[in-house]
Amino acid sequence: MTHSSSSSNGYALRTDRLTRDFKTVRAVDNLGIEVPAGIVFGFLGPNGSGKTTTIRLLLGLIEPTSGRAEVLGRDVARDGAAVRTESGALLEHPGLYERMTAEQNLDFYGQVWRLAAPERRARIRQLLEPLGLWDRRREIVGTWSRGMKQKLAVARTLLHRPRLVFLDEPTAGLDPVASAALRDDLARLAASEGVTVFLTTHHLAEAERLCGLVAVIRQGRLLAVGHPDTLRARSSSRAEVAGRNFDEDVLAELRGHPHVRSASLVNGRIAMDLADGADVAALVSLIVGRGGLVEEVRRDKASLEDVFLTLMEEEL
Amino acid sequence: MIADILTVARKEWREYVLAGTGLKGGRMGLLIMLVVFGVFLPAQNGMEWVSSPAPLLAWSWVPLMLVSGVVADSFAGERERHTLETLLASRLPDRAILIGKVAAVAAYGWGFALLTAVLSLVSVNAFHWQGHLVMFPAVTAVSIPVFSLLTAMLAASAGVLVSLRAPTARQAGQMLSIAVMVVLFVPIFAVRALPAEVRATLLAVAMAGGVQMTLALAALVLAVVDAALLSAGLMRFQRSRLSLD
Repeated sequence: MTHSSSSSNGYALRTDRLTRDFKTVRAVDNLGIEVPAGIVFGFLGPNGSGKTTTIRLLLGLIEPTSGRAEVLGRDVARDGAAVRTESGALLEHPGLYERMTAEQNLDFYGQVWRLAAPERRARIRQLLEPLGLWDRRREIVGTWSRGMKQKLAVARTLLHRPRLVFLDEPTAGLDPVASAALRDDLARLAASEGVTVFLTTHHLAEAERLCGLVAVIRQGRLLAVGHPDTLRARSSSRAEVAGRNFDEDVLAELRGHPHVRSASLVNGRIAMDLADGADVAALVSLIVGRGGLVEEVRRDKASLEDVFLTLMEEEL
Repeated sequence: MIADILTVARKEWREYVLAGTGLKGGRMGLLIMLVVFGVFLPAQNGMEWVSSPAPLLAWSWVPLMLVSGVVADSFAGERERHTLETLLASRLPDRAILIGKVAAVAAYGWGFALLTAVLSLVSVNAFHWQGHLVMFPAVTAVSIPVFSLLTAMLAASAGVLVSLRAPTARQAGQMLSIAVMVVLFVPIFAVRALPAEVRATLLAVAMAGGVQMTLALAALVLAVVDAALLSAGLMRFQRSRLSLD
């Protein structure tokens, strides 16, 4: 009943004023999010912002102090076991048995999810081959690099074909090359498996690359939610003008212009934060009119990182 | 539920019984125990090893020590190695995880005790051949599997209970060692502390009931303690506490 309703309303999970207090800290504070099914949802926040606690709440591993969460159409507080049955989770640590081989690790979790032996074998191969781990499946996991362990943990998370997977900072602690490789694997697996992914991260490039929807939290409170493009649009775009003869008069003129939020001289270049719909050509014309010699103009959209930092600053 | 318990138990066996014991550590200890209780003591004691009920203490002690040595790792070890939360985030029911872990270590201790008992029988016959095959008397033959199972369960249930809350396997092991010492020595000191006439009365009651009755009573007491410890473990198993520890 609840299962079918989750399909009809199109949401993989929803929370309503979800709150979790620890002794002296409110880790999650009246969190209200809705995650449509079938997307990669990025849950962004700095360290200690409540991301991991939120995942624990959504998996029914800990109880909320107040509020409620509905995952895959089920009330987590009442039906946590069913939520865990239909979900997969890669938590803070890979959670691999390091004295066992990669194949034994996956085989154990295949048994946990009651996959029949032939299905387990086929599924293990299906997941390990594209990750480049199939030939190394009989190696003891403890001897592997962190990147390989993370890949194996991702495979374990998807083993039982869950409808929803929680990935808690999957690239944390990886070097940039391993991070990029795992991000590519995640993007490909998420697309091929058709699962909803709840991804926590503080790597904004990762969220920008993978996520169809992102939410930003700080100290347990939701600051913003939306498509990365929508969030970027909330932040001003920027322009940088390279050239010569830029003086304080030009800057003062620019600062007074309605299309410019701020202007400064950085390494001999004029850096401007622009208002919505700013006409950069008109601004260049203004600079030239004041004696500036323009060699190059570059206009940037705000990155998700800019948005994130702006949101963090606003909250301070 | 049974399938889930077996899944957990098989993993436990594979993880820290088979893969986790090196030759210098656990396997050498096992070999020494096997030689001492399976060969040396039976060869030294001869027919008395088979006919007397006294060696029953050995078959109770062997699984107790063996299980105590590994059970501390059950939850505390997983917590230390950061595998516990992933296990808790799986579909496995609470009871399957806990009972699976208890069953794995208890079966390990019990199986080893039975193996040693059979080996000791072979040793007695080999070193003290009587012209015919000597077997354990019926009471002993029944008591060995019963008591070794009950003491294996005792150590397993108590160990898992301790391991549930201990931050590290080492700390759980230390707490368990103290508990085993208490279990072994408190009854001895308690009996010695009793007035002579009370001890005489108890002995008379035990003798009047016969060895079988005394053993049955002891088995019943052990079974009740095992059930109580297992129930306490089930009550103490809380995903929320375990996830946050």
